[in-house]
Amino acid sequence: MLQLKNIGYRVMADGQEREILHDINLTIEDGFTAITGPNGGGKSTLAKVIAGIITPNEGQILLDGRDITACTVTERAQLGISFAFQQPVRFKGLTVRDLITLAAGRTLTVSEACAYLSEVGLCAREYIDREINASLSGGELKRIEIAMIIARGTKVSLFDEPEAGIDLWSFNNLIQVFEKMHDTLGGSILIISHQERILNIADRVVVIADGRVRAEGTRQEILPELLQGNTTCSALTAKL
Amino acid sequence: MDKIEKDLLEQITGLHEVPQGAYNIRANGRGAGRRTTENIDIVTKTDKPGIDIYIKPGTKNESVHIPVLLSETGLQDLVYNDFYVGEGADVTIVAGCGIHNGGDGESRHDGIHTFHLAADARLRYVEKHYGQGDGNGQNVMNPTTVIELAERAHMEMETTQIRGVDSTVRVTRSTLADGASLRIRENLMTHGSQLAETDFSVDMNGEDCSADVVSRSVAKDTSRQVFRSCINGNNRCTGHTECDAIIMDEASVSAIPELTANHLDAALIHEAAIGKIAGEQLIKLMTLGLTEQEAEEQIVSGFLK
Ligand SMILES: Nc1ncnc2c1ncn2[C@@H]1O[C@H](COP(=O)(O)OP(=O)(O)O)[C@@H](O)[C@H]1O
Ligand SMILES: [Mg+2]
Repeated sequence: MLQLKNIGYRVMADGQEREILHDINLTIEDGFTAITGPNGGGKSTLAKVIAGIITPNEGQILLDGRDITACTVTERAQLGISFAFQQPVRFKGLTVRDLITLAAGRTLTVSEACAYLSEVGLCAREYIDREINASLSGGELKRIEIAMIIARGTKVSLFDEPEAGIDLWSFNNLIQVFEKMHDTLGGSILIISHQERILNIADRVVVIADGRVRAEGTRQEILPELLQGNTTCSALTAKL
Repeated sequence: MDKIEKDLLEQITGLHEVPQGAYNIRANGRGAGRRTTENIDIVTKTDKPGIDIYIKPGTKNESVHIPVLLSETGLQDLVYNDFYVGEGADVTIVAGCGIHNGGDGESRHDGIHTFHLAADARLRYVEKHYGQGDGNGQNVMNPTTVIELAERAHMEMETTQIRGVDSTVRVTRSTLADGASLRIRENLMTHGSQLAETDFSVDMNGEDCSADVVSRSVAKDTSRQVFRSCINGNNRCTGHTECDAIIMDEASVSAIPELTANHLDAALIHEAAIGKIAGEQLIKLMTLGLTEQEAEEQIVSGFLK
């Protein structure tokens, strides 16, 4: 279980203080949570706060009751938080296999490494020795990013817009990947997404806009309102 | 060979024992073992220190190892090696120099290697430079490589210097005839207050010849690197040179390209990128549970692989 208490984050932009996150309170239980909301609402910032990449100005983060607010990125990773970036990083020289191995944290046989790639629909043999460099497409990088999270198999898995750049065929598989993680891993799976089909498999949905939690509840409670685009935030539906 | 020499040999050739095939081992300025084969002859020069290596035309799948080991502090070694690769041969030559300097004197090896490739010959040339030792003495290596490629000859040169060489000036001069091709890969890492200068020059004289010179390097601490590459396109040809460097700490790297096209159909490209390790690369690996230092090591070793 992951708890966010009174998280606030401000930056200085053009000589002015700008509030990016305002008093965020969330309790993320085991199971499937989707985070949605308009672009620029603060979703990625919140994910970085959870992973320890951004230090909030105020508030606390608790993992299974333990205060991890002061923990580094490395410590949080070791405690069981995984984070698939919205924009995957390229590395000259490191191969797909290197990264999957680092993610798993142990030496993998070729067939083990390939199994993770096959899960995200990449023909493993073609990819295993490819460098994570500019020769890979955005969609390929996104899938490798997801394969790393599967290889880690931690209790909290955070995905930032995993569907971006992934074609329709793969999209069906992606849903299956998440469902399988849900069934086998337990733990909390958090997916930042604009896709109705991803929201549809979520146990709970959180709507973030203007740096605030605008709505939170079960899928049944949140989705009808969200898709109708009435009270909560009409700007939202345009982006969904 | 004693333990130190065996260790040096392993560092530069990856071998625990004497190599397969032809070899000539030079230790502390003297011959320490030689084997020739039916197709590969090794002859000691009479006018100056060094050897001539003759590879018969048509020789295939054979290799020559010529490691140089220096374990006495303060030794200054100069050697001239000439390689004659016969028409249509296809061979591998593994060279390299390992210095163990446990004293206060400057240990120095200057090797001048000249490659004469006959028509249609193919050569893979691998060289590694490595230094170690706990003394205060400097380890210095100044290799010069001269490459002459006849018609359609092809040479690949992999040159690596990862540790322990305090000062190095590496000069490579090459000339290419019709249809010849040259591919050079340099991997370099400097640390401490080391200085490494690389100076490649390629004269593309023949029609449809090609050259591809790529350097990847990492400069740590207060070390300094200078990468010069000069390509002259004197005929219809294609040339590419690339310098890709990571700087860390207070190191400095200069990349100085010089492209000259003396022919309308000479197509020449230079690329250079120098910068520190991207913060997002470190963070990505840290989200996998690596410490910042472990992440840095992975990025550097992948980059130089
Ligand atoms: N370091 C920063 N400096 C200035 N503005 C920032 C910074 N980080 C994020 N922002 C702004 O905060 C808002 C939220 O960004 P982000 O979390 O990426 O939104 P989302 O992922 O919901 O699209 C955006 O308007 C973005 O421009
Ligand atoms: Mg975002």
